[in-house]
Amino acid sequence: MFERIITLVTRYGGNFLNGLGTTLLLALTSVAVGCIIGALVAIMRLSRSKLLGGIATVYTEIIRDTPLLLQLYFFYFMLPDILPQMKLSKFTCIAVALVINSGAYMSEIFRSGIQSIDRGQTEAARSLGLSASQTMMQIILPQAFKNVLPAMCNEFVAVTKETSLASTFYVGDLMTQYQVISGKTYMVLEPLIIIGIIYFVLTFTMSKLVSMLERRMKTDD
Amino acid sequence: MTEDFDYQKAPELIRAEKLTKDFGSLKVLKGISETIHRGEVISLIGPSGSGKSTFLRCLNRLEEPSSGHIWFDGVDIMDKSVNINIHRQKMGMVFQHFNIFPHKTVMENITLAPVLLGKMSKDEAVAKAESLLTRVDLIEKKDVKPGRLSGGQKQRLAIVRALAMEPEVMLFDEPTSALDPEMVGEVLEVIRQLARNNMTCVIVTHEMGFAREVCNRVLFMDEGVICEQGNPRDLFDHPKNPRTQDFLSKVL
Repeated sequence: MFERIITLVTRYGGNFLNGLGTTLLLALTSVAVGCIIGALVAIMRLSRSKLLGGIATVYTEIIRDTPLLLQLYFFYFMLPDILPQMKLSKFTCIAVALVINSGAYMSEIFRSGIQSIDRGQTEAARSLGLSASQTMMQIILPQAFKNVLPAMCNEFVAVTKETSLASTFYVGDLMTQYQVISGKTYMVLEPLIIIGIIYFVLTFTMSKLVSMLERRMKTDD
Repeated sequence: MTEDFDYQKAPELIRAEKLTKDFGSLKVLKGISETIHRGEVISLIGPSGSGKSTFLRCLNRLEEPSSGHIWFDGVDIMDKSVNINIHRQKMGMVFQHFNIFPHKTVMENITLAPVLLGKMSKDEAVAKAESLLTRVDLIEKKDVKPGRLSGGQKQRLAIVRALAMEPEVMLFDEPTSALDPEMVGEVLEVIRQLARNNMTCVIVTHEMGFAREVCNRVLFMDEGVICEQGNPRDLFDHPKNPRTQDFLSKVL
């Protein structure tokens, strides 16, 4: 079995690397764009407007209370349907679904981050004459962002693993490469072990980096 | 500083009229009318829960009054069409818990508002901040993050941050209550300097000795109203209202 793993790695190394690249691209996109969506949605949710708050709540609740795989199916079929002229690739559809999903989780992370900032910070900024939005951008968000950085990195680790669901649609991520290679070679366990090791090394390293980051930030304060 | 400062002759700066504040069914302010004149140094004293902090925080609408009017520099800032942010720029505020921005350096804490709000250029703000920091003996700390400062240093920074906006009045909300005893003096000294330079100050405080020494006028509040007021000598030595007498007998 060990030899067969070596053979697979040498023969299909490119496939595994491609898969790794796609997986990372999907995870990075969903976290980066999800982060922006998350910040906006969190601000909407904490705003005084009932309408904006309502929209934000409905969005986060729907996303968080339905399975990711269902959401992937939904966007995979829905997006090309409503935007036929854009000729969206299935990769784009899946990326959009992941972004929307991670935006909802990010908004909860941001919301707790914003709420963790002492009210006195807002009061001090407003007493100097800053508007509500200037206070948010200059005083609250930078501090909230720093507080939620570890939680965001953990979300990145979680998303990296969740992208494996995208293989249902053959978008070329690591798990897709497993299906491709196992189909070609009729080997089941060996390619699974290889991509398992890749996932493990990837997320284990990231988790370790996150805890290092957390320690650094503690000594910074 | 003289206790015989005739505030009645000084021009009016802030006038509160029938100011009320309710938190649900709890009436914290029960219709306060009071005028603050330019150059006055006023201390607000009274038992906890008497509404003195709420009254102070209503003056710049950090706490939204339930009804009434506040004229500041001749403008009714309770008017719906008023942009309160403009007026707040002229009302400095200092808090019990300092509320320094921890992610900004000492210098950035001071220059942020004047630059962002277009009051000064970056260079002007830095020059202003340097002269203010020198005045409160914090100039060596200008590039450090405030996390390393002591409570007294943080509060001096907070005062300077408010002063950088060149306000017409300074509102102090129990500025020394959260400080270790040995740091109270250094903060009071900064406020004393301000008072000497004719800055209009309204100070909610428990430091009776300080109120007596520095203020022109003392307002005693209890249960949402101003029960008694006068110059510190009269009020502290010959209180007329039984509630004032009772309060002073407990704290002096």
